[in-house]
Amino acid sequence: MSCIQTIQDYGLRSIGIGERLLPKTDFTLCEQFTLIGSGMIWNVYFGVMALATGFFLATALAVGKASPNKWVRKPAEWFIFLFRGSPLFIQFFFAYFFFLSLKKTYPMFDAFTSAWLGALIVLFLNTAAYSGEIFYGALRSIPKGDIEAADAYGMSGWSRFRRIVWPTMLRLAWPAYTNEAIFLFHATTLVFFSAFPAWQQRGDALYYASYFADKTFNPFVPYPILAFYFILLTLVIVGGFGLVNKHLNRHLPAAKKSKMRFRLNLAR
Amino acid sequence: MRWLSCYLTNGVHWSFYASFLKVLALLAVTAPVALGFGFVGAMAARSHVPPVSWLGKGYIAIVRGVPDIAFFMFFVIALDQAFEWTRHKILCPDWTDPIRQGNDFLVCQAAKLPLGSAPEWVHETYGFFLAVITFSIVFGAFAANVLFGGMRAVPHAQLETAEAYGMSRRQTFWKILVPQMWVYALPGLSNLWMVLIKATPLLFLLGVEDIVYWARELGGTKTSKFTQYPHGDWRMWYFLFLLIFYLGMTRVSEIGLEKLMRRLSHGQATAGGELLRKETTA
Repeated sequence: MSCIQTIQDYGLRSIGIGERLLPKTDFTLCEQFTLIGSGMIWNVYFGVMALATGFFLATALAVGKASPNKWVRKPAEWFIFLFRGSPLFIQFFFAYFFFLSLKKTYPMFDAFTSAWLGALIVLFLNTAAYSGEIFYGALRSIPKGDIEAADAYGMSGWSRFRRIVWPTMLRLAWPAYTNEAIFLFHATTLVFFSAFPAWQQRGDALYYASYFADKTFNPFVPYPILAFYFILLTLVIVGGFGLVNKHLNRHLPAAKKSKMRFRLNLAR
Repeated sequence: MRWLSCYLTNGVHWSFYASFLKVLALLAVTAPVALGFGFVGAMAARSHVPPVSWLGKGYIAIVRGVPDIAFFMFFVIALDQAFEWTRHKILCPDWTDPIRQGNDFLVCQAAKLPLGSAPEWVHETYGFFLAVITFSIVFGAFAANVLFGGMRAVPHAQLETAEAYGMSRRQTFWKILVPQMWVYALPGLSNLWMVLIKATPLLFLLGVEDIVYWARELGGTKTSKFTQYPHGDWRMWYFLFLLIFYLGMTRVSEIGLEKLMRRLSHGQATAGGELLRKETTA
């Protein structure tokens, strides 16, 4: 079987298109590359969706945590503490069994016990909490002069937030937010190793990598392939976020433009 | 209530409670070992001999780009095979068959780790031991990164002064750099400690019977056929308990680290140290 054939059979295997049965013996390098790459679809899906939705909740949480009103601040603080203070792994387990017991009473929660929605919700809440904390930190370090200038122009409330506070907050938070995005993508590998079942063996990259490692009892091939894919993904994220960073900083004089430095401080 | 108190103290639950100790033991062992790995890694990265410095920097860099779970799953098998391979080479030198035969990894009986005849607890301890090494390697790289940053943050004038006093490179390192770097490294290290706490449930993936394992086992639906305490699917509650346990751990660590930071800031040329000085003199 040629490699093109393998790619046709297994390229979209992780979303259920193509050959049903996974290879059982005589694994070729091509099969491993294709299947693990196919699994990356899930990692990208979880990461992108969680980031896109989590971003808005994170902004809300940051504003909430910085609010002088106790009734707004306390829930935001608790939410952030809850999701940052406990392991994501346990959150997955808890959410799965929570949805499972909800499903027993209300059948409409059926979809929540499958990974594509249930795990996505957990990742969404989790990344919202982490990014919320990052945004909160940025919100507090907005230069005082910027806000005073906005006041002097007669801006207040929504327009001040929309035009001054929010863009500055994003600009300041962006390097740390990039870091969070990278770690979110790494965290997506946990999904199929917590309780969420990989239905019909449609799993993510790590799922297939560990499948191969189990079958061949040789970890030295599938895991480096996985590492290769993730390093590639990390580079793409860094590139993409770098472009946004450039856009956010475009008004600054060239000398003051902070070069994006990735001190990959661990987020999780 | 009576039923509950009986239920919560039956035999399997003691195993569940013991697994909490396992997690704490893992933390207690891993933290210093990983710090040691990190220290060596940071020293290597700082080295003036290029290959050593590449080794140190490579060690730091590689763990960052790849999900840590992948590393955990990789090292557990890889380390096991590495140990067995080494023992195989030493113990059975006249074995001619290749070790990798198709999908199998075959070593001679005497090289098996742990030995096939070993009692149950040896197997468990070996599994735990592998887990500790794996955690230490991964977190050692993170710690190396933090310590390397801490070493570079120490004001350069301090080192120049040491040189002016006629200290050798070794003396400068141990007497000037190392005592001062901790306060710069501490924020990173405390972050790392939090990450380490939150990584402990991954023990489950390494095949150790940890709290996640037991919570799944105990919470599952039990019928009266197998146990005196039948109940429905309680896994949700067990995991809620774990969630609260971890939140508690995080909170306690936060408070403890805050105190430590205060102590380390004493007499340091940082903003925190300056604040403390003002507090005491005012």
